[in-house]
Amino acid sequence: MQMEQLSARELRDRIIGGQTSSVEATEWVFERIERLDGVVGAYITTYQQRALERAAQIDRRIAAGDKVGRLAGVPLAVKDNICTRFGRTTCGSRILEDFHSPYDATVIERLESAGAVIVGKTNLDEFAMGSSTENSGLQRTVNPWDTSRVPGGSSGGSAVAVAAGLCYAALGSDTGGSIRQPAGFCGVVGLKPTYGRVSRYGLVAYGSSLDQIGPISRTVEDAALLLSVIAGHDPADSTSVDEATSAARDYLDKLDEPVEPLRIGVVPGLTAGAEASVQQAVSRAIEQYTDIGAEVVEVELAHSEYAIAAYYVIATAEASSNLARYDGVHYGYRSETAEDYVAVYSRSRAEAFGKEVKRRIMLGTYALSSGYYDAYYLKALRVRNLIRSDFAEAFKRCDCIVMPVSPTTAFRLGQKVDDPLTMYLSDVYTISANLAGIPGLSIPCGFDEQGLPIGLQILGPTFSEDRLLRIARMYEKETDWHTRRPRLEARGPDGP
Amino acid sequence: MDRKLDYKVIVGLEIHVQLCTRSKMFCGCAVEFGAEPNSLVCPVCLGMPGVLPVMNKQAVEYAVLVGLALNCKVASFTKWDRKSYYYPDLPKNYQISQYDLPLARDGYIEIGLGGASGAGRTKKVGIIRVHLEEDAGKNLHTAGNFTQVDLNRTGTPLLEIVTKPDINSGAEARALAIELQRIVQYLGVSEGDMQKGHMRFEPNVNLLITRDGREFATPIVEIKNLNSFRALERSIDYEEHRQLHEFLETGQVMEPGTKTTRGWDADREVTVLQREKEEAHDYRYFPDPDLVPLELSEQWVEDIRGRLCELPLARQTRYVQQYGLSEYDAGVLTGERATADFFEAVVEAGGEPKRVCNLLTQVGLKLANERGCGVDGLGLTAGRVAELAKMVEAGQVSAGASATIFEAMTKSEKEPCVLAEELDLKQKSDAGELEAIIEQVLAENPQAVQDVKSGGKKSKKAAGYLLGQVMQKTGGRANPKVASEILGRKLR
Repeated sequence: MQMEQLSARELRDRIIGGQTSSVEATEWVFERIERLDGVVGAYITTYQQRALERAAQIDRRIAAGDKVGRLAGVPLAVKDNICTRFGRTTCGSRILEDFHSPYDATVIERLESAGAVIVGKTNLDEFAMGSSTENSGLQRTVNPWDTSRVPGGSSGGSAVAVAAGLCYAALGSDTGGSIRQPAGFCGVVGLKPTYGRVSRYGLVAYGSSLDQIGPISRTVEDAALLLSVIAGHDPADSTSVDEATSAARDYLDKLDEPVEPLRIGVVPGLTAGAEASVQQAVSRAIEQYTDIGAEVVEVELAHSEYAIAAYYVIATAEASSNLARYDGVHYGYRSETAEDYVAVYSRSRAEAFGKEVKRRIMLGTYALSSGYYDAYYLKALRVRNLIRSDFAEAFKRCDCIVMPVSPTTAFRLGQKVDDPLTMYLSDVYTISANLAGIPGLSIPCGFDEQGLPIGLQILGPTFSEDRLLRIARMYEKETDWHTRRPRLEARGPDGP
Repeated sequence: MDRKLDYKVIVGLEIHVQLCTRSKMFCGCAVEFGAEPNSLVCPVCLGMPGVLPVMNKQAVEYAVLVGLALNCKVASFTKWDRKSYYYPDLPKNYQISQYDLPLARDGYIEIGLGGASGAGRTKKVGIIRVHLEEDAGKNLHTAGNFTQVDLNRTGTPLLEIVTKPDINSGAEARALAIELQRIVQYLGVSEGDMQKGHMRFEPNVNLLITRDGREFATPIVEIKNLNSFRALERSIDYEEHRQLHEFLETGQVMEPGTKTTRGWDADREVTVLQREKEEAHDYRYFPDPDLVPLELSEQWVEDIRGRLCELPLARQTRYVQQYGLSEYDAGVLTGERATADFFEAVVEAGGEPKRVCNLLTQVGLKLANERGCGVDGLGLTAGRVAELAKMVEAGQVSAGASATIFEAMTKSEKEPCVLAEELDLKQKSDAGELEAIIEQVLAENPQAVQDVKSGGKKSKKAAGYLLGQVMQKTGGRANPKVASEILGRKLR
């Protein structure tokens, strides 16, 4: 079997079994990065030497018969808004272009103690604000299925790295769809866990009450494997959930057991705004579920039309406060021309933040301003509560709700950058899950006529990741979408 | 001015008290004064990207304890809010504080009005709210053109207490501040050390003037960042006069937008205008999404209530009533909890309260002060001090001698009676021995004897003189009571 065909779990088993080594897998990944990342631009930074050293270390431990972790030797990528003690943590922003974090995020500690080999940090929309990765202040990332198209965002770099075989799996972060949408655009699996399932300590905050770290992988099984490693209460994150109240830590345990009986919720009329190919692919997926015995239940999400509006008030309000610390005083970019401290603030921020970040800071500042707070922020919180109870109601009647990840497949580079509202609408199906704090999964469910991947989104009640993964696995077993790979090599610099 | 004019000073206080928890409010860094700049910091209090705060439970318990001591209602549900403003000593550019749901509210503090005329009188000043927040760092302007920032203090738990405008003079404000200092020290929640900036005051001051039966309120002045009792009192007194003059000259009264901010120039003892109009500060408060709301169960609050002790003013009043001490002495004894505790232990061990009070206030506190410790740190057991007090009470040693014995006791394990013998400080109460000495004194001073016996003007003075001679002959060790009796008998 070729390296490229292996899932992270299969690779780990082979490394532990001695059929291959972590060094071999890591070298293979770096060979591909060297050859292909110039085309797709997934990585902001790579750590070849460190990765190979760690890989060799894992190989030695295996050879010595030591116990190794669940990700032993597996090369992984991490979105560059997750802090690492090694290298830079840029958040795709010029304001943190040379920022070196003095500490590791909790998820980094967990990955590395499980034996993972982190090969690099991936590109993203600046501070995770965007749906195409075009808002990165540092570089451009393109879709490996069509390099004239966006990879989605904001975890575009991570989705591309996974889809293009530049790592075996990756971490992304999802505030309004930033894991699921790029996973959908790139034909891979993406999971946004329940809010509080994974520690946010070390995830550079965008919208603190919405942000969650989650896996992007080629298979449902790998998503379950990564989640098993990174999930769980962290005393450093007060909003992370205590193990006592959350379900089992090992999401692989019963992964292959189908959920039976299975009631799939669909929201009538919801997909009306989606492209025909997307609607068809999602309908076919629902049929496939019914073919294996699922029952389809119609549910209502009465307030979902207000989700985008509520999201852009809450997320930007939090962002305006979270990003206040980037002021040029203690770390990060400082304007050379500033002569007093107020100018240090205003010029550093004016010079180093990108357009979209500034737009959201201004939106959020406005929403929190005295006299507007009640009309915007407080009202958005009320909408959020309604959306939350809509889902709670719906989940009384079904095990999961199925819908598209986004209304379109990957759009062209530059197509929406000057039209922020249209761009915001590409998150119409993903945002509600963040507002409600529920888990959402994106899996490949077909391709449009242009050969671009289509994502199926499966949403479940809070802390139902185990069932959600099993439901996704049921579908994955019936289809081969997840085995398709972009033919990137043919489109390489030497291609036609 | 021929018109009838009267006025009242109205003062509300905003007080910040630094709590003496071991670690900071939202991270594990130590709370310490005077450490190397930027040595007590971590990614969390530095506001590094990606960090999250974790609430210090002890700080919350301390704050609740103060709330209870100030007779407040403790919230059953509260939360943390972000207060946004840009300043270099605030690395996140927002402060985690409490906005609309303070930890405790609607209480009062009782203060003694003291002074010669005010002895025993107390006053209740309303407490609007008590909330918890994190302190900022310090900007240091000591490096030429540059400002340096020390973030050691960043994230230190800070209690904010806001009083109602029930205070009517600088002296009352000072009394309140001192009482609050005593309370937080009693509760063990703050060192209340003014030198270390553990307590900071911001009074809001204006006058309510009655002229010709009409009332006028002068514009409110907020005096920023006072860190001594003296500055608090003097700045309010200064404002009282300044505002009265200003009113008489300009007739300016309080209207929206007339509030100003002034600073205290301690050298010139004047307030100085800082901000003309109260700028429309918009702190854009909103609930901190990184921290979960705080629910205080009844059980938890009751557990904390169990740690309340008798508060200083109540104890002071009790000392006056129960032990017959003067207001002043009771105030001195209750100034520090350790002193009062030791005093009560000695009384418990059989010491007569007034004698014990004299020993502790006149000798013990002075020694403790010299040695930089408390009276409980002088190496004395309550039992030994009680013994000494009993000896004074029984007339075995004089008050003067007891001071010498007290000091000797701090350097020796010996019982006070043994020390009195060794130091030859026991009073001569043996009538026979004294009779002989008195006979001698009478023989040597016939004129004085004559004066006493003849009665009249000189009699009292002469009797005092003779007693003094007896004392001199005995080296001060004659029991004055016994000696007076013998003298009286012989001169009758």
